[in-house]
Amino acid sequence: MTKRIDATFAKLKSENKSGFVAYMMGGDPDFKASLALMKALPEAGVDIIELGMPFTDPAADGPVIELAGLRSLKAKTTLKTILKMATEFRKTNADTPIILMGYANPVHYMGYAEFATAAKAAGVDGAIIVDLPPEEDGELRSAFESHDLALIRLATPTTDDARLPIVCANTRGFIYYVSVAGVTGKALGQSAAVSDAVTRIRKQSGLPVVVGFGVRTPEQSARVAKDADAVVVGTAIVDAFHKNGQDAALALVKSLADAAHGL
Amino acid sequence: MSNYPDENGRFGAFGGRFVAETLMPPILALEEAYKIARADPAYQKEFDDLATHYIGRPSPLYFAERLTEHAQGAKIYLKREDLNHTGAHKVNNCLGQLLLARRMGKTRIIAETGAGQHGVATATLAARFGMQCIVFMGATDIERQKPNVFRMKLLGAEVRSVTSGTATLKDAMNEALRDWVTNVEDTFYCIGTVAGPHPYPEMVRDFQSIIGREAKQQILKAENRLPDAIVACIGGGSNAMGIFHEFIPDSDVRLIGVEAAGRGLDTPLHAASLKGGRPGILHGNRTYLLQDENGQICDAHSISAGLDYPGIGPEHSYLHEIGRAEYLSATDDEAVEAFQMCTKLEGIIPALESAHAIPRTLDLAKELGPDGLIIMNLSGRGDKDVNTIADVLGVDI
Repeated sequence: MTKRIDATFAKLKSENKSGFVAYMMGGDPDFKASLALMKALPEAGVDIIELGMPFTDPAADGPVIELAGLRSLKAKTTLKTILKMATEFRKTNADTPIILMGYANPVHYMGYAEFATAAKAAGVDGAIIVDLPPEEDGELRSAFESHDLALIRLATPTTDDARLPIVCANTRGFIYYVSVAGVTGKALGQSAAVSDAVTRIRKQSGLPVVVGFGVRTPEQSARVAKDADAVVVGTAIVDAFHKNGQDAALALVKSLADAAHGL
Repeated sequence: MSNYPDENGRFGAFGGRFVAETLMPPILALEEAYKIARADPAYQKEFDDLATHYIGRPSPLYFAERLTEHAQGAKIYLKREDLNHTGAHKVNNCLGQLLLARRMGKTRIIAETGAGQHGVATATLAARFGMQCIVFMGATDIERQKPNVFRMKLLGAEVRSVTSGTATLKDAMNEALRDWVTNVEDTFYCIGTVAGPHPYPEMVRDFQSIIGREAKQQILKAENRLPDAIVACIGGGSNAMGIFHEFIPDSDVRLIGVEAAGRGLDTPLHAASLKGGRPGILHGNRTYLLQDENGQICDAHSISAGLDYPGIGPEHSYLHEIGRAEYLSATDDEAVEAFQMCTKLEGIIPALESAHAIPRTLDLAKELGPDGLIIMNLSGRGDKDVNTIADVLGVDI
């Protein structure tokens, strides 16, 4: 429901702070451990959860998220088990928005209408499908709209003034600004350029702008939060969880979230 | 038929532009640049000049007398793309794309390669035009195509080993897309087959369609009539699309694509996307893909690295669905046998990829009988496969 997303940003605004979005790979290393991490994220300060859907050929991701996806697939994760994670999460959390993030093919295979129905039933709020640009997302978008789900679009450093209106048209929830031209896990974009892009996109879309790609440290999180409505961190969290386990991942999440919140 | 693709890059329900937003502006810019170049006689002239004097076109249409005798049926002609500079049809496309890259002011060329033929062709043209060239190649393929890897290095290209996934062509393509998304400003991605996001399937087809245009003139001159059938092997499908395209309006000419059946279509070890797959989205286009019941991409298998890809160009998916082309398959064993037979009967060592087309050509020759007329696209030469064949035969060279 976009209601949950809208309420989250309204609350952040009333408290005069930016939000924190955590990406995690669903099913990495298995269903149980992954669900436990997901359930613990809001307590660590996460305002919105991006739940990764694994895919064999993640051409927009760097090696950390690619390998996480392959571990997840090895543990027999499917689109259905990702949706089951959302269902389980909703049993104890009614407010934190869940945004599914992944690639088109598994969704296309399930069928766009069936996916929208199942996502809605699982308590999901929206999705980011990396390889469905505005030119190709019409069918999924209409399926999502009939269920009040947000199909979140990406804006990037290559999205120029001519193209920005296309990206911002008919969007709901928020816009995700990818701070660098590259795959996940690269270096953060220049802060002046990020600030400028956020202003441009906010003006064009009238929606909150979250910024991700390349944020790894609390300092970077605080810096991006100055301009963005929320900061997204993915690779650093996935990496910490894989290498050092849940407690270490949550400690990192808390430091990143506190920094984004200005605490 | 040249009405396809539409302005969104669709061939019926196939094709499109399924890429991350970062790549949308560069593929739209590429589409625009190609549109302008295509209409510019100077660009066409550059292409034609180098096609003639550098590649060695037109490639001969050769009457394969002994294969014909062996088949005891229709006359078999071979379109000799193996005689092109660099040894395969791949160079036709690379010439078109690198001329375009030069017009666009791009200085860094990237490419993916499976068997190494496209990598060699790209590295060759990059050397000719003085451009930096990086070729992504799966670690598995690097192992089985060593001579081509060395050729690319001699030509000044950097060959980057890709170890992710199955370390074959699809993974090399993922890695090339990752590089492109990171270096969009100065980089031109030279895709080797009629797949990928629009405008690649159309553009690569256009560059390869010189094969069919020549073949049509040549067969009319030799036999004073159109052939009954055209046969070509299919991985991504660029040599097949190249020879099919000119004949699509000639509805009496059967168009037959031969996919790699690997160890057999009844096993999971094959690369037959149309026979063993279903429509999905990968590498920028909607097309037939090998995938499991959860929409995850399956590993393809073929003894021939150039056919070892879980997808197929979207225009083939379209021709398959409307029934304009027929798609058959040949196994690893059949290809190895045909490789040896062609070598011994005609004195032509075919690429293992092209060898897949031979058994179905022989079947068809029998079916059509002595009045029949077939053109088979001999898409490349097999020098690069000599090590693979020696392994299969248990010979130490």
